[in-house]
Amino acid sequence: MSTALKKEVGQALSQRDSDEARRWFGEKQSLNEISESIGSIVLQPRQPKSWIFGAAIAFALLMLFITSVCWLFYRDVGVWGINIPVAWGFAIVNFVWWIGIGHAGTFISAILLLMHQKWRTSINRLTEAMTLFAVACAGTFPLLHLGRPEVFYWLFPYPDTMGLWPQFRSPLVWDVFAVSTYFTVSLLFWYAGLIPDLAILRDRATAKWKQKIYGVFALGWRGSARHWQNHQSAYLLLAGLATPLVLSVHSVVSFDFSVAMVPGWHSTIFPPYFVAGAIFSGFAMVLNIVIPIRKLYHMENFITERHLDNMAKVMLATGMMVTYGYVMEAFMAWYSGDIFEKAMMFERAFGAYGWIFWALVLLNIVVPQALWSKRIRRNAFLLFFVALSVNVGMWVERFVIVITSLHRDFTPSAAGMYFPTIWDWATLAGSVGLFLTLLLLFLRFLPLIAMSETGKQMNEIK
Amino acid sequence: MNAPENIHGLMAEFSRDEEIRTAARRAFDQGYRHMDAFTPFPIDGLAAILGRKKSPVPLFVLLAGVIGGTGGYFMEWYAMSRSYPIDVGGRPLNSWPAFIPITFELTILSAAITAILAMFILNRLPQPYHPVFNAPHFKRASTDKFFLCIEATDPKFDLEETKMFLASLKPESIAEVAK
Repeated sequence: MSTALKKEVGQALSQRDSDEARRWFGEKQSLNEISESIGSIVLQPRQPKSWIFGAAIAFALLMLFITSVCWLFYRDVGVWGINIPVAWGFAIVNFVWWIGIGHAGTFISAILLLMHQKWRTSINRLTEAMTLFAVACAGTFPLLHLGRPEVFYWLFPYPDTMGLWPQFRSPLVWDVFAVSTYFTVSLLFWYAGLIPDLAILRDRATAKWKQKIYGVFALGWRGSARHWQNHQSAYLLLAGLATPLVLSVHSVVSFDFSVAMVPGWHSTIFPPYFVAGAIFSGFAMVLNIVIPIRKLYHMENFITERHLDNMAKVMLATGMMVTYGYVMEAFMAWYSGDIFEKAMMFERAFGAYGWIFWALVLLNIVVPQALWSKRIRRNAFLLFFVALSVNVGMWVERFVIVITSLHRDFTPSAAGMYFPTIWDWATLAGSVGLFLTLLLLFLRFLPLIAMSETGKQMNEIK
Repeated sequence: MNAPENIHGLMAEFSRDEEIRTAARRAFDQGYRHMDAFTPFPIDGLAAILGRKKSPVPLFVLLAGVIGGTGGYFMEWYAMSRSYPIDVGGRPLNSWPAFIPITFELTILSAAITAILAMFILNRLPQPYHPVFNAPHFKRASTDKFFLCIEATDPKFDLEETKMFLASLKPESIAEVAK
């Protein structure tokens, strides 16, 4: 290539980058202004009143969580409504719900990075934090459900004195590996991205103790060319490694159901249908936290209406996949000719729990159709309520899958009802408190938008 | 080489990313090798301009992934068919399809842990002290300034001559960095 042509191509490329970057910000800010507006939230000594108000609610719910867990440890799982035939009650419903929510964060941070989607830069840090906290909430439920939570480590292969191994052919053991790997990789990915931002906080902090604390976590990062070279390589590889996790974690969770032979569970559509549902509910949760945060912390310049619009579109698309899953479940029940499957499907829609199934149809299928309208996708207020509907709807979906399948299977004599107790509800509400507490602490102590990445992107604008 | 004992190097400060790129290229063409650039965000190709080889992180990650995957499968095979075999109606003990999920998870887990550990080790992190932090304005290297440091260990380093050369790059400031 001649040098003149090379120069022209280079200019065209940088113009394209500039145009693309400009689409995702309100107005151009200097590098200093970016780290000022984001970093000062963390470094200022006082928090806005709304943070204190939110923290009060979150902390109260966290206390409720601790109370209900203590009561559970004292009295055992009998405090919950579970029994035979429905031995998997709220604990498993909540587990699947929380872990599904986490998937949007990994989707945004890993898959959208590999696909060069620039809009992820404004939201990836916050959604990765959401993933970690959601997986932390999810991880507690199977442990609480164990009955003997003090011996949870029996789930791992360790050299025990009895010479025993976990049953590696069991989906429940796959789950242990899938969830612990997911949490570890998400944490590493999040921390790798945070290091340059921790260095910014270290350098901007005026109080000595803040400089020291952020300095310790920044590990002596100095942004040298060698640092960046290895960092970018490791970060990209972590994104590549996290990408199959987005698809695999909820597939493994779905194996907990589909490998069993219970009617309503034993279905090959479960893995993809669970993954779509996970991203669906995850984006709903992202919207539910991003919409208030961008308003309260005045982040409209970084998280624009375009971002909300894009997230709503992902939600609409995955919502349609989930709808397809519901239709196929009903169709296969009929098409298989299996009397137990047919009976289960009829019971699910018109039996004792029928009203919950129709609530699910309303919340997860009917309400999200509003997202076809651009006006609603760009209206933060309305979008918040659509996302809330999806969040509740996806919890209801897991209730329908777990409870209606179990409460009547093959023998009529084994049929029974499941009613959650006050402690079931308290643990669910408490886990929301755990999630919110962690989220508010994150907002208080760490930058909610990746400053270094945003700086690079903003710098491309000419 | 004419470098005082107590000097780490000479640091030039720039305020735009194109400037640091040009400066690094000119310093390399001038024959300087022991040098480093400090930027608030990654600048594509800057390490190559400074004459650094490709990052070896991917190689370590590949090795760790292979070891984690085969090790994971070996563990399952050993546990289920040698250490504690359970005969269920004559079904095969090495039931490989059921071993895939954990093999996969352990591949990802060991590769990911290695990616970040390799990054730390190659970058010599955590590193509580480094002389470049003594440079004036270096606090802004993480926010909005771009620095080029030519180290005193460079064979071509000469306090006066190198200072003259850096001045020809028209930086915002030049400073001697104490050790």
